[in-house]
Amino acid sequence: MPYFEDVKIGHRRELGSFTFTADLIKKFALQFDPQPFHLDEEAGRKSVFGGLAASGWHVSAIYMKLAVAAIQGEAAEMIARGEKPVASGPSPGFRDLKWLKPVLAGDTLTYASEVVEMRELESRPQWGIVNFHNTGINQRGEPAFSFVASVFIPRRPTT
Amino acid sequence: MKLTFEDFQPGPFGTFGPHHVSREDIIAFATEYDPQPMHLDEEAAERSLLKGLAGSGWHMCSLLMRISWDGFIQRTAFSGAPGVDEVRWVSPLRPGDDLSVTVDVLEKHESKSRPELGFVTIKNDMRNASGQTLMIARIPIMVFKRAALGAN
Repeated sequence: MPYFEDVKIGHRRELGSFTFTADLIKKFALQFDPQPFHLDEEAGRKSVFGGLAASGWHVSAIYMKLAVAAIQGEAAEMIARGEKPVASGPSPGFRDLKWLKPVLAGDTLTYASEVVEMRELESRPQWGIVNFHNTGINQRGEPAFSFVASVFIPRRPTT
Repeated sequence: MKLTFEDFQPGPFGTFGPHHVSREDIIAFATEYDPQPMHLDEEAAERSLLKGLAGSGWHMCSLLMRISWDGFIQRTAFSGAPGVDEVRWVSPLRPGDDLSVTVDVLEKHESKSRPELGFVTIKNDMRNASGQTLMIARIPIMVFKRAALGAN
């Protein structure tokens, strides 16, 4: 992560792809979202989804998995170049999360993240808030998932 | 008899849980879905803004689904949710927390495109055992009307 001062609106980061296998869909569902169409192929076929469907929260958690991998990969590259990566802060939350298309067993989502808003924080002068529009597109090119996340990003220290 | 659109009225709906979260639960979720140091490692977490090992915000969201399912969704004529209006992560999830979720119905309206169901917007307040709010989530859920169930 760069410092807040180096973040640019419109900057887009590709986060990679993930294939939702039947086993992974059921594993998440068994623990957190045991609705029949997330656990059983036959129940999925009979549902509005038309097949075994991943929990929306599973689709959301995989965004985070890929985002962390992308950020940690960038940090490793910065260290290799002799630069010092900046650790981003925690997130105060998100809004406008949309599950636009069912994610069925075998579907592959490709996730991306784009900077859409940023503002300084009067209450915490060492941090800024950056909003990211995060998306997941399926293998047919259809948007399946999107939301707007807020993240605290450190300001460049004044020397 | 499942809960239907008619059973959801604006105002307090109920409190569900408790659901215990262990250190192992926090680390297992983070290892799979959110492997940031403050969710995995006590020492790194102490140095972070969260000041100690803390569960992923997405773990809290997933637990909200589980507590809601056990508490009322599984006995509701539930047709899913198109998304989430807003989630605010207010305080960190800690090892050993016993979570409860207090649900308030904010508003309800009929679906224009699907007359067999309606939208119910709920506010979920996730708290620990001492009553501290950890997360607030505003979610529109889709619930079938009683007449639609009769037709099945």
